[in-house]
Amino acid sequence: MIAVVEFLENLGARAIGAVHRLGFASRFLLLTVRNSGMCLRRFSLVVREIYFAGVLSLIIILVSGLFVGMVLGLQGYDTLERYGSSSALGVLVALSLVRELGPVVAGLLFASRAGSAITAEIGLMKATEQLAAMEMMAVDPIARVIAPRFWAGVISMPLLAAMFSAMGVFGGYLVGVRLIGVDEGSFWSQMQAAVDFQEDILNGVLKSIVFGVAVTWIAVFEGYDAPPTAEGVSGATTRTVVTSSLSILALDFMLTAFMFRGA
Amino acid sequence: MPSTDNLVEVENVNFAYDSRQILKGVSLNIRRGQVVAIMGLSGCGKTTLLRLIGGALRPSRGEVRVDGRVVSKMHHDELYALRRRMGMLFQFGALFTDMSCYDNVAFQMREHTDLPEEMIDDLVLMKLQAVGLRGAHQLMPAELSGGMARRVALARTTALDPMLIMYDEPFAGLDPVSMGVIGELIRRLNDTLGATSIIVTHDVAEALDLVDYVYFMSDGVVVTQGTPDELRVSDKPFVHQFVYGETDGPMPFHYPAEDYARDLQTEDGR
Repeated sequence: MIAVVEFLENLGARAIGAVHRLGFASRFLLLTVRNSGMCLRRFSLVVREIYFAGVLSLIIILVSGLFVGMVLGLQGYDTLERYGSSSALGVLVALSLVRELGPVVAGLLFASRAGSAITAEIGLMKATEQLAAMEMMAVDPIARVIAPRFWAGVISMPLLAAMFSAMGVFGGYLVGVRLIGVDEGSFWSQMQAAVDFQEDILNGVLKSIVFGVAVTWIAVFEGYDAPPTAEGVSGATTRTVVTSSLSILALDFMLTAFMFRGA
Repeated sequence: MPSTDNLVEVENVNFAYDSRQILKGVSLNIRRGQVVAIMGLSGCGKTTLLRLIGGALRPSRGEVRVDGRVVSKMHHDELYALRRRMGMLFQFGALFTDMSCYDNVAFQMREHTDLPEEMIDDLVLMKLQAVGLRGAHQLMPAELSGGMARRVALARTTALDPMLIMYDEPFAGLDPVSMGVIGELIRRLNDTLGATSIIVTHDVAEALDLVDYVYFMSDGVVVTQGTPDELRVSDKPFVHQFVYGETDGPMPFHYPAEDYARDLQTEDGR
């Protein structure tokens, strides 16, 4: 009986802790958005962070996109061939990428490549008193350090997802058309006819924007909230990757449920 | 407007982290133009006191006044306006690791002034020249030794010619030569800028040669104060223990604990 009560107490305490943290993170997001004026006026601050979060993630995004597209080409051809519709390979590759795999896989890669780096950098800046020093110099660290990184992530993520999808389509083309020999004309024309700009592409972009906000919000919050020790920063970095990845998958389900009902 | 000669007045200040009481009614005054040391063992609340003066923490009781104004009652903008006239040197420099020495020193000038880059260039090189590191302006913080990093941080701290400069353990972890250089710089910068300086340290020998006045703190209160000459000849057990680094004295070496014999499970202790 005592063990059950203890279990329930622990469960309750954890739930309260989680809600408290979510509330704190929401206030932090609000504060970040409210203090974004400076970095949007001095846009070079954001551009610098876009380089670190976006440009330096390009290699992993492009290479992964290529391979995911090539695998889709192989698997898609194998399945479609059973129904004699291998000419629809282009449609399958493109829709899979722009609606799902592009935003989701690019989001997961972005969380592990850029999200973890943002958390570690901010956490270490806190541990080495750089944020405290900035505050003592009358410069708000939320406006100067957090907001530029946040907006850089939000801007980079949809661009990376789009490049992932483009590279994936190219990978599918290489395998499907060049390697296996699917008709090039039907590969591209069917894709062009079946992929709807608003329904498919814009919804995919919207997904990637939502993932960008979620990943970058989690990354900057975990970094800012990290205990200023080696264990604290390493724990925060791990939490960024785990929480962002789970959030992307959960958000993807919810967004898909709303966007593609009966489509 | 300031009514006294004191730039900083700390009056009966209490402060606690959660249930741990750090400061228990500290009162002290820092006169304009002086270099004042606050000394005491590690963990006695010296750094907390600096953070209270800088407005990073709020006292649970009492008042901290800087230039005649109560810091804890200031709004965000007023506090930031005050901080533009303050400088703080952190224990390990706290240089921005993603910027060169030059950009570190230029940071506040770019954030708070509309000076053209050519003028900022001259000012940064002058500040770095004052600490002897003009030639190192292109180096990144990771390429500097501990002493050099502290000197660059000192140049950054004085970038906007502050009225009050606070130093948190400026001598910690430095070799004797760097220690002497930093000590001399602190005195020289204070006098040439017409500033007021507060040094939090437990390095007695270096500090007594440098400062005008000393406050000794122990266990969250000021236990004694005086000029360096007064303290050198003081027969107070606390001062004697601290100045001569004795393990026996009013300041306990051991953290409070259970009976030693009982902890070791000896026959007597059982």
